[in-house]
Amino acid sequence: MILDIITYICIGIGCLLNLLAAIGLHRFPDVYTRLHAGTKCTTFGSIFLVGAVVIQSVSVWVTEGASSPQSVLTLHAVIALVVILLTNPTSAHAIGRAAHRSGIKPARAVVDDLEKEKP
Amino acid sequence: MWLPAAIFLAVCATIILIRLFLGPTPPDRLVGLDTLNTVVVVSMVILGAAFEEIIYVDVAIVYALLSFITTLFVAKYIEKGKF
Repeated sequence: MILDIITYICIGIGCLLNLLAAIGLHRFPDVYTRLHAGTKCTTFGSIFLVGAVVIQSVSVWVTEGASSPQSVLTLHAVIALVVILLTNPTSAHAIGRAAHRSGIKPARAVVDDLEKEKP
Repeated sequence: MWLPAAIFLAVCATIILIRLFLGPTPPDRLVGLDTLNTVVVVSMVILGAAFEEIIYVDVAIVYALLSFITTLFVAKYIEKGKF
């Protein structure tokens, strides 16, 4: 019962963060601020959504024993979450570096301190 | 409880897809693609929990790794102009 309430709260937070990411991609002016909305919000939202799956699966796993398919589902969901947490910031960094090196300036930028860092 | 969350994530993916089509510059489209990949991976995990199919979660893991490679290659292409 209490696990169901925690699961609903986790699903609500995760869906809200994903919706904020989708809105932020349309409301922000340039690539770098869109990168904030698009990668950080979805990473944080995926933590909560996969966490909800893990909570429900672990509760079934504990009650029915290790022979239930929820045990495998729990482990594979945790592996998927670890993969997301490892790859999402890395790809965000790669996109930001590629955008700066291809010559795109931030909106309303005055000073670019990374200009001298260009190869 | 899982299917409404999956439908909501599909709506979010549709909104992100509009940015993917509209994006003025190539890095904008790449940001939209990266966000869309994360949302699709999470909705695959949600659907795996909804239908109790473990193969969906396995597909989600492989999709996450392959989309990471895709994002890195497109970013490298945008950066240098050639592979």
